[in-house]
Amino acid sequence: MPEKTTVILNQSGIERALTRIAHEILERNKGTEDLVLVGIRAGGDHLAAELARRIAVIEGEKIGLGAIDITMYRDDIGSRGSLPVGRTDIPFDIDDKKVVLVDDVLFTGRTIRAAMDAIIDLGRPRNIQLAVLVDRGHRELPIRPDYVGRNVPTAREEDIEVEFDANHQPREVRLIKH
Amino acid sequence: MSFGHKHILGIEQLSREDIFYILDTAESFKEINTREIKKVPTLRGKTIINLFFEASTRTRTSFEIAGKRLSADTINISASSSSVVKGETLEDTARNIEAMHPDIIVMRHGASGAPHYLAERLDCSVVNAGDGAHEHPSQALLDLFTMREKKGRLEGLEVAIVGDITHSRVARSNLYALTRVGARVRLSGPGTMLPPGIDRLGATVCDSLEAAVEGADVVMMLRIQLERQSRGGPLLPSLREYSRFYGLTPEKLKLARPDALVMHPGPMNRGVEIASSVADGPQNVILDQVENGVAVRMALLYLVAGGEAPANE
Repeated sequence: MPEKTTVILNQSGIERALTRIAHEILERNKGTEDLVLVGIRAGGDHLAAELARRIAVIEGEKIGLGAIDITMYRDDIGSRGSLPVGRTDIPFDIDDKKVVLVDDVLFTGRTIRAAMDAIIDLGRPRNIQLAVLVDRGHRELPIRPDYVGRNVPTAREEDIEVEFDANHQPREVRLIKH
Repeated sequence: MSFGHKHILGIEQLSREDIFYILDTAESFKEINTREIKKVPTLRGKTIINLFFEASTRTRTSFEIAGKRLSADTINISASSSSVVKGETLEDTARNIEAMHPDIIVMRHGASGAPHYLAERLDCSVVNAGDGAHEHPSQALLDLFTMREKKGRLEGLEVAIVGDITHSRVARSNLYALTRVGARVRLSGPGTMLPPGIDRLGATVCDSLEAAVEGADVVMMLRIQLERQSRGGPLLPSLREYSRFYGLTPEKLKLARPDALVMHPGPMNRGVEIASSVADGPQNVILDQVENGVAVRMALLYLVAGGEAPANE
């Protein structure tokens, strides 16, 4: 069957969603004190950088920005084989920090579980919050995002694709029906 | 790309792309070794057996730490404590070990080809930790990792390997690996320690240490393996003479590039193949090799754990 693609967020839609999430993060955490962003590779790290930029504009203060690769924390090496491992780069101490995990698409929740395990191996944050651009449902674990750009109810066999340009700027979110 | 090998039996089986893929994976694993909690759950529930038929502390410990940092259960079996001393064949030992359902066997054996023999007969992955005078792939990969880390590249590097080339699995694996990634290899050692026709594998054979070292980016000294020489009679008139002609002294090292690296797979015979002042000098990266060995072996264990066996393997 041919694929059918629907654009569910264009560039300006993504930008509005990120600006709103940046405000919500600041509102909920009452500013930037002890606040850090950690993006999940690959995709979440680019969005985390965008959120950090917006927070810096709004508050006039830079906050800690890191990226985490969760390949080593996946639970499916037996079924999916050894996937390429990326780099974790968190250039600050996360003890007692308020860590906002950032990802592009929230699906089963297994990636977020792996990311939380990875964060906890690096230190003891005060709390972990979750920001996602798209929540497509189908959770297999009790995980709920704190900040959502857009809720998109999907069928299991559908895919959500977030496209970034060469400068890692988010360009479009598409729903693909197979 | 993904990694298509179920076993790591030698560098000979690996393509240039495979080698770079392993080195890049090792880069990611190196970060774990600097953390406070040096452990990830990647191989949780997997069993790794280190089956060592030859004495080894460094390689066995390195593989053991690598397995443990990936949360695998690692068990060490050494020849002195195995049933080999009671007359059991390698195949029987292997079958008995397989009945315990390991996922990976890391094997060192005095006979070339022993890990291949095992890989053909067992369902689990086999990683060669040194077989006779044949190959020592993890050592060559950690050497390449260290060279790339210190020099920023591998292509075009001039690497001198000096010593007992005939008996050195490290030299053979390094020769395969370095030529595959575009480095140039010069070999030097006494005539009795240079296998005839080695130049056909892509190396330049130099008739003196000085000729090999001149202008080199990396000088790799090999251990004189006295234990391997008793079989066919001595290959050296004396250690003193060997040291005079093929020992790396500060004066001889000056012939290499000023920023040349000094490497040694260990354990070193100080004052024989390498002068103490060179072994402890600013150009040596011998402890970096040991440190990087853990990351490279973590990468190998991870990759074979998820690798598939191609039809020809």
